[in-house]
Amino acid sequence: MSEIIRRDPHAEWIARNRLHPLHATLQKSPERWMSAAGVVRKNPHAVGFIGPEGIKRIDRSGAQSASAGKRSAAPAAVQLPLHRVEQPAFHICVVPDMVGGRLSSHDKDLLGLARSLAGNNGAVLAIIFAEHKEQAFDTAGVDRLMHFTDDSLAGYSPELRVLALSAVEAQLKPRHWLLPDSRNGGGELGRRLAAKLSERPATRVWQVADGQCIGRAGAGREDSQRALPRLILAAAECASPVSETRHECLAMATPENLAHGLPRIEDCGAVAVDPALIPMAEAEFILSGGNGVSDWTQFHQAAEILGATEGASRVAVDDGFMPRNRQVGATGTWVTARVYLAVGISGAVQHLQGIGACDKVVAVNKDANCDMVKRADLSVIGDSAAILGALIARINAHRHGGIRDAA
Amino acid sequence: MLHNTAQASPALNVVALVSVGAHPSSGRARRAEQDARAVELGLRLAGEQLEVLHAGDPQQPALRSYLGMGLQQLHVIEQPAQADVISALHDYLQDSDAQLILTGSQAETGEGSGMLPFLLAEQLGWPMVVGLTEVEHIGNGIAQVLQALPRGQRRRLKVRLPFIASLDNAAPAARQSAFGPARRGELLSHAAEANPDALLSESPLQPARPRPKRLKIITAKTGAERMKAATAKASGGGGQIIKGDSPEAGAEAIFKLLVDEGVLR
Ligand SMILES: Cc1cc2nc3c(=O)[nH]c(=O)nc-3n(C[C@H](O)[C@H](O)[C@H](O)COP(=O)(O)OP(=O)(O)OC[C@H]3O[C@@H](n4cnc5c(N)ncnc54)[C@H](O)[C@@H]3O)c2cc1C
Repeated sequence: MSEIIRRDPHAEWIARNRLHPLHATLQKSPERWMSAAGVVRKNPHAVGFIGPEGIKRIDRSGAQSASAGKRSAAPAAVQLPLHRVEQPAFHICVVPDMVGGRLSSHDKDLLGLARSLAGNNGAVLAIIFAEHKEQAFDTAGVDRLMHFTDDSLAGYSPELRVLALSAVEAQLKPRHWLLPDSRNGGGELGRRLAAKLSERPATRVWQVADGQCIGRAGAGREDSQRALPRLILAAAECASPVSETRHECLAMATPENLAHGLPRIEDCGAVAVDPALIPMAEAEFILSGGNGVSDWTQFHQAAEILGATEGASRVAVDDGFMPRNRQVGATGTWVTARVYLAVGISGAVQHLQGIGACDKVVAVNKDANCDMVKRADLSVIGDSAAILGALIARINAHRHGGIRDAA
Repeated sequence: MLHNTAQASPALNVVALVSVGAHPSSGRARRAEQDARAVELGLRLAGEQLEVLHAGDPQQPALRSYLGMGLQQLHVIEQPAQADVISALHDYLQDSDAQLILTGSQAETGEGSGMLPFLLAEQLGWPMVVGLTEVEHIGNGIAQVLQALPRGQRRRLKVRLPFIASLDNAAPAARQSAFGPARRGELLSHAAEANPDALLSESPLQPARPRPKRLKIITAKTGAERMKAATAKASGGGGQIIKGDSPEAGAEAIFKLLVDEGVLR
């Protein structure tokens, strides 16, 4: 933690100049002292500090020391205690979904569950297949990380991934396998693995306690409770994520003798889907326009070129520029997009509520102080029409460049 | 409307596996939503030649609503309630000349673990496709199909015949069931050995308990921090702000983020 001392020459000058009207405020008067009679005396005026509105504030949390004479840089983020597993007695294998190359909240819940199953002696081993952008494996509770970098495993390759996981099974004999029971691949991979290993999995598990697990059964009207099996497909929020410890996240070598089966399923890539037909609540990428959009033809054109589903703020809907079913927010749709591009939207609470689940928010706005900019991960300050125009031009250049490269 | 899709491959042998569903609020037996979609896709692919197969009680009246979708007959492998039907299905299907087996992805009654198509595929040694929505083309023993992904996306796959495919709610919606054909259709039952499911009989299913709501846990050590956590607005900071640059510079930054996130195709 670096504590850089900052000098304030102006304050020092006032402190030296006894005729300055503010001289008295800069004289450090002790808050409490022992009088000659042995009684503790307090000076209530010395407590607290002057807040930004010029009103005296007293903060009893101890976080802010009263009119501190020295100013220092903001303290660095606190380091969580490191949990070490030197010689793991057993392994708990987790295969996270890694949607978009990052741990999803479902993955983090799963790692929390794995952590509680691992206790002090076990190690949580996360197994990932493709390139990733995650930087917080350590705080998510990963003791060991196994990264298959093979190209053949990077895309949609469930059969090869199952072979890789069976090799891990043969090598480590993990105590449990944990996969997210999600549509993002975890549910499929887990069931394939279960069929391969002839393990009967517990599916849609939402609670694990005392060696028992409870999962939803049927269409969700029933629960099935059973002893904890080796392979668990857990629902979201099955446990709380790791929050109080940091973990080593040591890289672990992948098994060498990978069986290379011939995949019987060939991935021919994603198919272009008309983004307008995707329900807004499900859309992955939304371009949303508000009162700050002046040229709606350009906006629609941008959505088409970006391949984004269109959304709107209430003002844009009320003004008749967008249909009502496109409204995002408290009275519209609560969206779950991974990327939300908000053009000319101020970020009223009713709107921000609707985008609470969005991962990356990009704001394009004239006003650098609006709430949307505070929420956004990237903000571009300027006129919406000019920026959208430049973005369209940039993407066109990219596409045509790409076509030229391919030719 | 149906003729153009049915012409895809007239000689394709399709089997749809169906189960008995449960109405989501009353729990009354009905045709299962996803299995009905499997029958629908099967009818589009094979027309009259579609074979529909159920393992369970041949007296179950809810099975007739599959017949009402325009089937002449429905084959039932007789199995007691709560039996493990995989081996019975496996024995039946191994002897058949099926090239494509369609199932739902999760039963509406029983354990509903969604393991059946995977176990069948493993035992038959066939490839398995999850979330089939459309069979685009079949030729040279290879099928080109579309697979449903989350968020309304689709992926194109090529898979060798014969294969098993499970369907979820992204598959084409099932046609209505008509009363007349449902009465006229035949339920043909076949005897088979029963294989009781030990696990399900020793720990039967219970009515679903409501799941505890996750609370927003605030691990603040002091009152002031708790107050801040409770009242704080959208947290500022962390975001990158590009200001005073040309629109092109801003567009470049947005473009880079979109490419990094992989949403731009
Ligand atoms: C009960 C209730 C429910 C509501 N529910 C919803 C809801 O579900 N969804 C919703 O969206 N709203 C809802 N609202 C309305 C909400 O309070 C806001 O009024 C609305 O979201 C504001 O929309 P806006 O951001 O598009 O417009 P404004 O607040 O007018 O913001 C326009 C923004 O565009 C910027 N701008 C202007 N010109 C340009 C330019 N040329 N280039 C770039 N930027 C520019 C401005 O700086 C400003 O930040 C609700 C309100 C109430 C009372």
